[in-house]
Amino acid sequence: MSSKLKILVPVKRVIDYAIKPRINKTNTGIETKGVKFSINPFCDIALEESIRLKEKTPELVENIHAVSIGPTKAQDILRTALAKGADTSTLIDVGEETVEPLQVAKLLKKVVEDKQSNLVVLGKQAIDDDSNQTGQMLAGLLNWPQATNASKVEVKDNEVFVTREIDGGADVLKAKLPMVITVDLRLNEPRYASLPNIMKAKKKPLEKLKLKDFGVDSIDNRLEVVKVEEPPARQAGVKVENVDQLVEKLRELKVL
Amino acid sequence: MIFKRLFSVTRSLRDSLVLIEGSKGQINPASLSTVSAAAQIGEPITALVVDPSLADGAAKVEGVTKVLKTGKTYDHYLSEQVSPLLKQLIDGKFTHFFISGSSVGKSILPRLGALLDVQPLSDITKVIDAKTFTRPIYAGNALATVKSKDNVILASVRASAFAPAKEQDAAVSIEETTTQAESGNSVEFVSEELVTSERPELGSATRVVAGGRGLKSKETFDALIDPLAKKLNAAIGASRAAVDSGFCDNSLQVGQTGKIVAPELYFAIGISGAIQHLAGMKDAKVIVAINKDPEAPIFNVADIGLVGDLDAIVPELTEKI
Repeated sequence: MSSKLKILVPVKRVIDYAIKPRINKTNTGIETKGVKFSINPFCDIALEESIRLKEKTPELVENIHAVSIGPTKAQDILRTALAKGADTSTLIDVGEETVEPLQVAKLLKKVVEDKQSNLVVLGKQAIDDDSNQTGQMLAGLLNWPQATNASKVEVKDNEVFVTREIDGGADVLKAKLPMVITVDLRLNEPRYASLPNIMKAKKKPLEKLKLKDFGVDSIDNRLEVVKVEEPPARQAGVKVENVDQLVEKLRELKVL
Repeated sequence: MIFKRLFSVTRSLRDSLVLIEGSKGQINPASLSTVSAAAQIGEPITALVVDPSLADGAAKVEGVTKVLKTGKTYDHYLSEQVSPLLKQLIDGKFTHFFISGSSVGKSILPRLGALLDVQPLSDITKVIDAKTFTRPIYAGNALATVKSKDNVILASVRASAFAPAKEQDAAVSIEETTTQAESGNSVEFVSEELVTSERPELGSATRVVAGGRGLKSKETFDALIDPLAKKLNAAIGASRAAVDSGFCDNSLQVGQTGKIVAPELYFAIGISGAIQHLAGMKDAKVIVAINKDPEAPIFNVADIGLVGDLDAIVPELTEKI
């Protein structure tokens, strides 16, 4: 590799994946008070992949920088990222405001330029808004190549080979740096942060910025949430005792 | 300001472009569902094919008023090439753009959004009006209705939420576009490995037989699921646990992070029913759950549930239907 990898890993703070979200009383969003938050699982995989790359080939990787855009509390997940192996981090504190993928991508573009990153590794989607957009948008804004839904990432000479999960199977793409990669579930199994590393992470750099540091007054969101509601509930079904009853029931419902 | 207003009244309020995906002359069913979603906005609907072999088929899709084809084939729908082309075509000329929520659509749409400075809508399941759409969030645990403030609507369509557009005899006109765009950078395609199957395609199948961790091994997965799927002419699906344990290929995964299906009949065999999985199949018409654990959450959504030993039940069922 002619230039060393400066990896940027954007991470999002989301409601923990194991929690069933409840809709708030005003039907405008999800209840967030008193709910457990964690790092988005796909972001965790992106971080893990970056750390493994650095562990496997330390001569290739100069720095792993984690960045999060969210409330003040998002610094918790940045501390976790530092404890797992990120070198440095930035929190862009936007308060309680939601930020749409396009605006996230615009802020990330500025971070990429500021940190001179040449590889951005993101999760393929956040499990709260399920958009699956930010990585592709960032690649579009930067006019960099993109590889989405990665299930394998290899750096060979000065090219990056990415195996992607696509409908019907997998394909392999290659690109020269700089590039954007979004990661899928099966790429790796993220590690847990050890206690000594959690203690050490407290001394690692965590830069705190506000929107005005980017010359931005407010978030220019484009989508207005009209309402958020429960999906229609399914009617309770029946339990049958044996295969004969099952087959009979299927015929009754005219699906056989 | 005045110029802006003049501009907005001179163009049609509803003029949609739909990207039709497919290969070797065969249109993906998901693209037909995408045309149905566009039809709810109204006509005209221009169907764009970046693989000219799809043009004749696209010209016969009900609701399509014109087909635009490119001179060359954009192999593998690489987003670095297709997104700039779409930007050129859409900018100032179309009010709506729809693409299916396939892996191709999800790769292209946001990049296009960035180029046009528009916030796209992912996986819409309902068209309320020309600016307002419903989409699932939190793994389908909530439905958000959102109204866009952008001048152009860019949206990917969840295929299972819209019936595929039908074929009609009369074909509309096909025009070749001279528009070309280069991004100046690209990934290079190296290879692909597609899973070949005699079974129907999972995303569009009317019947799905899915297996989970309860099947214990690849051998039992094949021995129990395959014959039942064959007998029902159903597609084979799987839970994430089954895929992670290596029972089958990951392209068969049904769930938030895999395929979203809505068949007439869905068999969940040895699947506990984690919310991740339910997000991918809870819109099926009839759900049958077979599981040895009577407390498994899958029974809360199943229309018919049977508690018992899979090794005995599944072969018996295969024989009796």
